[in-house]
Amino acid sequence: MNRPPVRKYIKPKHISDYPVGPSFSAGYLTSDNSGWRTLRPVIDNDSCTGCLKCYLCCPEGVIYPKEGKIDIDYDFCKGCGICSKICRNKVIKMEKEKK
Amino acid sequence: MSAVGFIYPQLCFSNNAIISTFPGTASMLSGVAAAAKAKGYKDYHVLGIAGDGGTADIGLQALSGAIDRRDKIIYICYDNEAYMNTGIQKSSLTPFGAKTTTTPPGKNIRGTLTVKKNMFEIIAAHNIDYAATASIGYVQDLINKIQKASLVDGPSYIHVFAPCPTGWGIKTDETFEIAKEVVDSGLWYLAEYENGEFTLNRNPREFTPVENYLKKQSRFRHLLEEDIIEITEARDRKWERMRRQWNKN
Ligand SMILES: Cc1ncc(C[n+]2csc(CCOP(=O)(O)OP(=O)(O)O)c2C)c(N)n1
Ligand code: SF4
Ligand code: SF4
Ligand SMILES: [Mg+2]
Repeated sequence: MNRPPVRKYIKPKHISDYPVGPSFSAGYLTSDNSGWRTLRPVIDNDSCTGCLKCYLCCPEGVIYPKEGKIDIDYDFCKGCGICSKICRNKVIKMEKEKK
Repeated sequence: MSAVGFIYPQLCFSNNAIISTFPGTASMLSGVAAAAKAKGYKDYHVLGIAGDGGTADIGLQALSGAIDRRDKIIYICYDNEAYMNTGIQKSSLTPFGAKTTTTPPGKNIRGTLTVKKNMFEIIAAHNIDYAATASIGYVQDLINKIQKASLVDGPSYIHVFAPCPTGWGIKTDETFEIAKEVVDSGLWYLAEYENGEFTLNRNPREFTPVENYLKKQSRFRHLLEEDIIEITEARDRKWERMRRQWNKN
């Protein structure tokens, strides 16, 4: 995973703490974004060949290569299920989100 | 870009990014390119992403101007065939027959009456340095084309077919397959324009049935057999012309 870390946003207290324009440094994450996920992709078995097709097709860019296989960043996964459908080896299973 | 929302101070890209006005993606890119040049930057790309409405309708004038000036920008149009953010209104890239909230099918009219605007050839007609069509169903092809665009010393344009689950009435995990099937059925095509020449990147010997593609999506479910024949005939006419006039790979 190479996304910037989620960090706490400290609200400006005084007008002089605000930046001049509505701009900020790039890669500044203050919250995760996965609240609308109803199905959760779960890496279900180890027949992953590391072909990285799911990595290429995930519309959120939250699958990343790890030790010859893959991992999922659940902080930003929306649960679309594309990775599960695309994998020929049926490595990823969609399960009901328990939240 | 007019396509990505940020809520201050959160920004999902690690690169600098700006949200443009809806019609102004291309003119904003022109400004960024001019600024980068004035600053003497060497290693950078100016990339914009906008929807079909933002590109083919309200942003067409700005895009045409940027290409005319030969600004060094990469413009990507992701085409989900309607104004989706505001609730599925028809754009000039909505295909014939599709149901949208502004083209509801009824007894007399069966969805969208107009045909999809030929954006790729309109852009090519500017004698642009590089233009291409792509689909998210053919990811490697898309990556190759973005790579190619990044090497161009001038404007480049990539038109990406990108399904919308809500607007098209498909499941969220079906977008990839639909985006592949549209190419396999000949209702979309993978092509490039460079050095004044068109190239078909994919020239299937046989198409998969148009009906299978259409009937998977609720926006086309109302279509009658005669509509499907009309769509198939329009496809065949387009391919006859592309095959006759363009180089084949
Ligand atoms: C000048 C202007 N008019 C109208 C709008 C409202 N608006 C926001 S998004 C949108 C639709 C965008 O459609 P498209 O470019 O196809 O992108 P999509 O939402 O389909 O991804 C509209 C009309 C706006 N932002 N600015
Ligand atoms: S999960 Fe499946 S698609 Fe993804 S890398 Fe492994 S084998 Fe390939
Ligand atoms: S469910 Fe969708 S968003 Fe989540 S990892 Fe799979 S493809 Fe990516
Ligand atoms: Mg759109």
